[in-house]
Amino acid sequence: MGRYIARRLIYLIVVLIVVSFITFGLMHAVPGGPFDREKALPPEIMANLEKRYHLDDPLWKQYLQYLYDVFIPRLTTQSPKGTLEDDFLISTKIGGVWLRWMNFGPSYSSRSRTVNDIFRQQLPISAQLGTMALLVALIIGMPLGIIAALKQNTVFDYLSMSIAIIGVSVPVIVLGPLLIWIFGVTLKWLPPTGWGAKPPYLLGFLPTKWGWDFFKFAIMPSVALGLGSSAVIARLTRASLLQTIREDYIRTARAKGLQERLVITRHALKNSLIPVVTILGPMFAALVTGTFVTELVFGIPGMGKYFVTSITNRDYPVIMGTILLYAVFLVIANLVVDIVYAYLDPRIRYD
Amino acid sequence: MSQEAIRLKEKALAGGMPLTQKRENLWVDAFRRLIRNRAAVVGGTIVIILIIMAVFAPQIAPRSYEKQVLNDQNTVPAWLLSVFPTMKPYARISNDYLLGADYVGRDLFSRIVYGARVSLTVAFIGPLISLLIGTIYGSISGYFGGQVDNIMMRIVDVLYAFPGLLFIILLLAFFRSTLTRIEPGTFAYSISQLDARLGGMLFIFVGIGLTAWETMARLTRGQVLSVREKEFIEAARTIGASNLRIMFRHILPNIIGPLVVAETLAIPGYISTEAFLSFIGLGVNPPTPSWGSMISDGAQVIRTYPNQTVFPALALAITMFAFNFLGDGLRDALDPRLRGTQ
Repeated sequence: MGRYIARRLIYLIVVLIVVSFITFGLMHAVPGGPFDREKALPPEIMANLEKRYHLDDPLWKQYLQYLYDVFIPRLTTQSPKGTLEDDFLISTKIGGVWLRWMNFGPSYSSRSRTVNDIFRQQLPISAQLGTMALLVALIIGMPLGIIAALKQNTVFDYLSMSIAIIGVSVPVIVLGPLLIWIFGVTLKWLPPTGWGAKPPYLLGFLPTKWGWDFFKFAIMPSVALGLGSSAVIARLTRASLLQTIREDYIRTARAKGLQERLVITRHALKNSLIPVVTILGPMFAALVTGTFVTELVFGIPGMGKYFVTSITNRDYPVIMGTILLYAVFLVIANLVVDIVYAYLDPRIRYD
Repeated sequence: MSQEAIRLKEKALAGGMPLTQKRENLWVDAFRRLIRNRAAVVGGTIVIILIIMAVFAPQIAPRSYEKQVLNDQNTVPAWLLSVFPTMKPYARISNDYLLGADYVGRDLFSRIVYGARVSLTVAFIGPLISLLIGTIYGSISGYFGGQVDNIMMRIVDVLYAFPGLLFIILLLAFFRSTLTRIEPGTFAYSISQLDARLGGMLFIFVGIGLTAWETMARLTRGQVLSVREKEFIEAARTIGASNLRIMFRHILPNIIGPLVVAETLAIPGYISTEAFLSFIGLGVNPPTPSWGSMISDGAQVIRTYPNQTVFPALALAITMFAFNFLGDGLRDALDPRLRGTQ
């Protein structure tokens, strides 16, 4: 297992290089640049700007420089200069030496910030939203699915599956405005837009205060985002559990006189969770990109807004940084899913 | 009567059926079960109505979807006031429009009817792309296993790590940027021309094609792996069936159920991807109506004229409901492992 994880981490590097190469190539293959304006800038200013951001270098040099800045950790005795070009995401002093890693560069469109500044301020908010939505999905989805399967073809089953179908049929851009209209505008129970959590954050993203001030903003977006996933989980749990309880070993367990509760929890549930776990990888991906949609609908100052504006502004470093960051998330999420998968089903061996 | 005649008569009485009943075709069998499922029939009916709506949109829509009547901006018909009483104090009544007019005075109902075209196109092209690529890819990978599987799945993994939606946004924004002056004659120019001619649908298909088949490939591979080691495959191999025959005759019928179900259940995802892209202004080109862009327009005035958001949102939700019901019904009808257990 250790070797498998190590191999997957090496593969993560390959993924990042491929993803960065495609993104970089695409950004530069399409005509237009970050400093195009309705009224063209004077050529001297243009030249200066391009020199400042090294856009006048040959493309291969720009790309390699970017890879070097982002991927290669540095050990120096120099303390950080604090300039826009010298902002590393990881920057800690170990003994007398600075370990500095992941410089995503300055943002072109907001001149006083680096990509790392945007990550530090906006990413925790997106992460909070994503986590809340995942919790909503699991808390609603799994019980619904289990109840529906255990009471198959009863009113509980039909009710749970109706809720699930509603959940999966109502995307964020439908549910979001409807929730805003009902609870934000008509009933005025919850604020229609905005986000409550403020820094400092625990573990980099968890809000320190879990009060109403956080939840009153978080409830609508996380339900809007999580409901679809909860429905997927519910349906999958039901289907999988139904299949499992028809297996021979369940009949054996019952035949040997095991309590029904134990048959379900010990034998059926654990095995029926395997397909559910596999969906968590793609689901995480859907939630992560879904945060973009949700942030736009609810006016939440997360990564989504910055990504969309950075694209229209051709803000190369922000685009690259965001896509790489999300690629890392997706790879790690899938790795975790694979590990859990192996743990749940011992027949699966990765070595 | 001769022995022969008696035998023939008996056969005729039995309705021509041999004593050992021949196993029915999977699809005939499944279809029979599907039409017994009420929810699936409702879903299927709605889908058929939507198709008719999309095809005959010019005949059904009472008005043009793009004609702006500035005098009728934000007007609502009288019957809507009982549904949305908050609009009473300020609403301008005009019964010319069934569901009201939008912020530039276009008929909401006609736009919703035309909007079905975009959503349904995506609903049918999306599965086609992802089934075609994903199933072939996944079954080759799963069937041959070993090194082939390893390499093929690593490629899928790399692509899987690509944040698909972000990538689509990137593509769309770059090709559509008003600041970009694309020179005629270049590759980028011809692509953006083609996209414009398709009403902005090209990149939506490219985006779906790039992202959706990988899930399918993984699912197919997993299914093939689970079936590959079963005894009947071994039996087929011992009697000398070829790889192709085993794949198409023995494995595929056993896994096609989950694949079709997964694909039908993925259709709402494609529809909502398109709606989302149109919502953020990167989907179909205006003035072509898409439910996503209508929701986005309506969301600007949701406090004052909720009807402009609610109706396109309902249209989108009903369409997704219908496909989900249909997918559910198909799952129950096709899942070979649930066969005979009802």
